[in-house]
Amino acid sequence: MYLSLRQAYGQALVELGQNKSVVVLEADLGKSTMSSEFQSIYPDRYFQMGIAEQNMASVAAGMALTGRVAFINSFAVFTAGRAYDQIRSSICIPALNVNICGSSAGLSDYGDGKTHQSVEDIATMRVLPNMTVLSPVDAVETKLMVRAMMEKAGPCYLRINRNELPVYTSEKEKYYIGKMTLLREGSDVVVFATGVMVSKAMDAAGILEKEGVSIRVVNVSTIKPLDKTALRNFCVGMKGIVTAEEHSTIGGLGSAICEALSEDRVAVELVGINDEFGISAENYELILEHYGLTSGAIVENVRKVLRIVKH
Amino acid sequence: MSYTISDIKELKRKALDVRANILKMLPPGKVGHLGGSASAADIVSALYFKHMKLYEDPKDDRRDRCIFSKGHAVLAQYACLVELGYFDRSELEKLKTLNGILQGHPDNKLTPGIEAVTGSLGQGLSISVGMALGLQLEGNGARVYCIVGDGELAEGQIWEAAMAASTYACDNVCAILDYNGVQATGSTKEIFPIRDIREKWNAFGWYTIEIDGHDIEQILSALEEAGQVKGKPTMIIAHTTKGKGFAFAENNAYFHNGYMTEAQHKQAVDMLSAMRMEA
Repeated sequence: MYLSLRQAYGQALVELGQNKSVVVLEADLGKSTMSSEFQSIYPDRYFQMGIAEQNMASVAAGMALTGRVAFINSFAVFTAGRAYDQIRSSICIPALNVNICGSSAGLSDYGDGKTHQSVEDIATMRVLPNMTVLSPVDAVETKLMVRAMMEKAGPCYLRINRNELPVYTSEKEKYYIGKMTLLREGSDVVVFATGVMVSKAMDAAGILEKEGVSIRVVNVSTIKPLDKTALRNFCVGMKGIVTAEEHSTIGGLGSAICEALSEDRVAVELVGINDEFGISAENYELILEHYGLTSGAIVENVRKVLRIVKH
Repeated sequence: MSYTISDIKELKRKALDVRANILKMLPPGKVGHLGGSASAADIVSALYFKHMKLYEDPKDDRRDRCIFSKGHAVLAQYACLVELGYFDRSELEKLKTLNGILQGHPDNKLTPGIEAVTGSLGQGLSISVGMALGLQLEGNGARVYCIVGDGELAEGQIWEAAMAASTYACDNVCAILDYNGVQATGSTKEIFPIRDIREKWNAFGWYTIEIDGHDIEQILSALEEAGQVKGKPTMIIAHTTKGKGFAFAENNAYFHNGYMTEAQHKQAVDMLSAMRMEA
């Protein structure tokens, strides 16, 4: 089953709207981020800020200082990038309950090209003290995350894919920020993946199984704070690690895992975007292929880890 | 509303106390933002000691808020907050030290009475607008005062905030421009002259008032007038002198963020004493 993450996000905001503290701000992309669904039901708590993301971020900080729980919305490049200093200074230093939606994240806005594709938002948000960074795998997890963000006192960044993605999460399972989920058990190599790359890792597991290689697939949807103990537990008995993300390998999930496990002397290979900006493409699958964000790339890197370990 | 002569006299004395507190924070040889703090000293005195609704608890929900968007001049605000008893006088000399609660720029987590984190210029006005909207949502009649610098007007975010405030008819926002004509590295004329400031604010949908920012009576009546305005935010353009009250620092960009020598500091203290005799 494929479901839209941004649709789930918009619906989740509407559900949260029952809490009168919740306010939603957007910068003329509400139809894309789907935050605009909130407007029709709670127009008095919906603030169209115009194409002015920096102001939107600081206004949300002001609202939070009067006890509101704010959600600000735009494309990931325009929240995590353009409004970076406002997120840093107005929101993160005082650790306010402002929740930042980075929509159309990664390469998921495949047609619009490099100015609209965000390959560095995990890095810029992750480096900020007090910030929580979330990267949902599917629509169900998105919905659960949005509620957790509201309930968490400090700032959160939510990275949302523009496209429909396969569902791995169940609404019946308890969600909490920091949760890391085992999606497939395996005995040779562990693949820590986030966002769309989780489905690529699941495909890779199927391919590798045929050659007698068994991989464990873990959905890492909380990039920060990263649960080091859980990471280590998933590594027990594994010959090495492959990370997979639709983001630059500089500063993203792979980096975060290498930082966390640097003392462990474990073989790690990173699948991600190799220090370059995006490009316009005909469709999502093609752009992912163009940057090597495929199940094939994960398979190759699993083999590489096994070769390294053998030597 | 009119003010009695005793109000005005008292406030003038308070403005001297504020300047004296600034001198305590900046002993000889200690670098700090003397110029912009001194230019705002009369404005904050009128706000904190007369105009704003304040309570014993600096977090009382009913309070009016004051945000220094030109966060570097926060010394003027600290100087008032200590007079209100929000923190101990011993903090003044610990300004910008690891053991103190007075940061180089405003930090609401560390300093009672400070409302936000500002200092990265341009953000404070947006934060003020957000607070104003938040207060409106909860039916809280408190007002938000925001001190903006003239050098700061070069920040694009100021104008984003200006548009948002008028679009949302934030008549509970009153910005005060500390129009001292000097920025970090020189006069605004030399560095980055911004023309037609009043016309710009009018064009952005604000009600504007222009005053002498060192005349306590003018400041008070402008604040009163702003309180009567309905449906739009108010900008009080307050003509000021950078370093006001300290002759060697007046209109001198060095004292945007410089230090006083022993002799200058003594001269500053003496000048305040002389003014106190007159007041």
